Amino acid sequence: MKVRLLDIAHARSGDKGDTANVGLIALKPEWYDVLVKYVTEAAAVTHFTGVITGGVQRYELPNLRALNFLLHGALDGGGTLSLKTDAQGKVFSTAMLRMVIDVPDAEAKALALPAYTATV
Amino acid sequence: MSGKKVVRVAGGQGFWGDWLEAPRRQVEGGQVDYLMLDYLAEVTMSILQKQKERDPNMGYARDFVGAMESVLDAVVNKGVKVIANAGGVNPEACAAAVQAMAAKHGAAGKLKIGVITGDNLLPRIDELLASGHELRNMDTGEPLSVVRDRVIAANAYIGSEPIVEALNRGANVVIIGRSTDTALTMAPLRYEFGWAADDWDKLAAGIIAGHIIECGAQCSGGNCLHDWRNIPNLADVGYPIVECSPDGTFVVTKHDNTGGRVSVPTVTEQLVYEMGDPHSYITPDVVADFTSIQLADGGTDRVKVHGIKGRAATDKLKVSIAYRSGYKAVGSLVYSWPDALEKAQMADRILRERLDRLGLTFEQVLSEFVGASATHGPLAGVGAGKDAPEIQYRIGVRDADKAKVERFTREIVPLVLNGPPSVTGFAAGRPKTEEIVAYWPALVDKTVVTTHVEVLS
Repeated sequence: MKVRLLDIAHARSGDKGDTANVGLIALKPEWYDVLVKYVTEAAAVTHFTGVITGGVQRYELPNLRALNFLLHGALDGGGTLSLKTDAQGKVFSTAMLRMVIDVPDAEAKALALPAYTATV
Repeated sequence: MSGKKVVRVAGGQGFWGDWLEAPRRQVEGGQVDYLMLDYLAEVTMSILQKQKERDPNMGYARDFVGAMESVLDAVVNKGVKVIANAGGVNPEACAAAVQAMAAKHGAAGKLKIGVITGDNLLPRIDELLASGHELRNMDTGEPLSVVRDRVIAANAYIGSEPIVEALNRGANVVIIGRSTDTALTMAPLRYEFGWAADDWDKLAAGIIAGHIIECGAQCSGGNCLHDWRNIPNLADVGYPIVECSPDGTFVVTKHDNTGGRVSVPTVTEQLVYEMGDPHSYITPDVVADFTSIQLADGGTDRVKVHGIKGRAATDKLKVSIAYRSGYKAVGSLVYSWPDALEKAQMADRILRERLDRLGLTFEQVLSEFVGASATHGPLAGVGAGKDAPEIQYRIGVRDADKAKVERFTREIVPLVLNGPPSVTGFAAGRPKTEEIVAYWPALVDKTVVTTHVEVLS
């Protein structure tokens, strides 16, 4: 089943130099493991293709039911150098929440994950 | 040690430019012991340094004088103490301005102002480089010597120590330059509860309390994505307060009868803001572990925080260095329906061709189409902005050569008459060329930085 992160998580993002950080927080405690399992570093790299120029690091915060992603090369040099509207990475949070993950039907049903039906 | 069972620290400013009403609301809305005001972002020091070069009496966050005026009664008559990193590159001038303001209100002598200096390393850069401190860029590894001739500000991030000293010497207002944001909250807790300099868990708890309230209302409902539609009455938003106990546990809350919300989700969003490696939140006082933080619902607009672990601080201080790094300009035009995005894209092709014909190349040229893809890029999808009522075309350039950037600024507005149709939004005319002051984070041995505390009364 397709699940969109916007429907199972909330997020806040910020900057450190040319790196944007995205804190991704499960909307329900039982959904944290879904984030851990499917929103991997590799998944984030694929998701942000064409948006960032560097790699991705992920940290787990089970105590907050949150993952922290560092997206390198995200801000056109960052800080005052950046020409971007979002020079401080403030809305990488919502960009992350666009991600759609694939969860096996049984697992999705057991956790009552909301299904995402893409509208094109 | 004061023997207090609970100390209340209120956050009243999250950056220079934050809500002017907030400090007064924090001291009038209920009982607080300390008002913490954070004014400094990474680039603020360089702006202040430029102001001081033009006028030796400037170089501090001037908003602070107005903030002090708005809370003067509470400081003088209710015993609220104020701790602020408003000093910028000129804490002495900041203190003098506050004293003059107090004198105007007949309160001269009622303020004991602790002034902390020693963070400013600009006059010592050459001495430091000559004695083997390379001040390498923490991101790129380059030594500072590469940009030495362009450095305009250099400040070490100071921890809680001198703030505690100022409080011990009776200060009721503490003005510091480049302290860490979090020390402004941790220092009064350490002072009140007598926490030892190696009581790592408690110091870490104070730092995390500081991290939660250092961005003002961003932990009490502001900029909160979780359930944002239903966060009550943001027009009257309550700024955050931490109610701390001697054992290092604390409650995040806000005054009664204010808008906004303090809940586990609003606090969690602030905790992950600007986070790096959560196991190691490094400060001059302690290394805090964000994976140890436990949050619990403590009732309406109350979140309990406990379980925080810390470990020994490092032997380094972070140094924030600002240096001149070329020029930039950004301009924009707005194209309307129908086919707004196509028109904006055509304008971009035309402008870039004209820059080519002029032989102008830049270190960076960035085009954005606001309304289609400016913030999420390709993630917005191929159809994004397709039938938009309007699209803002935004283009910026960056280069070391000011003349080239200046020439670029003259190429945008002509498109109004000699480019694609249905264009507006050019009232501001040519964009301004700005000098870029870039940020150079470095580390220095703690032993080379000595702070000084003076208490004026």
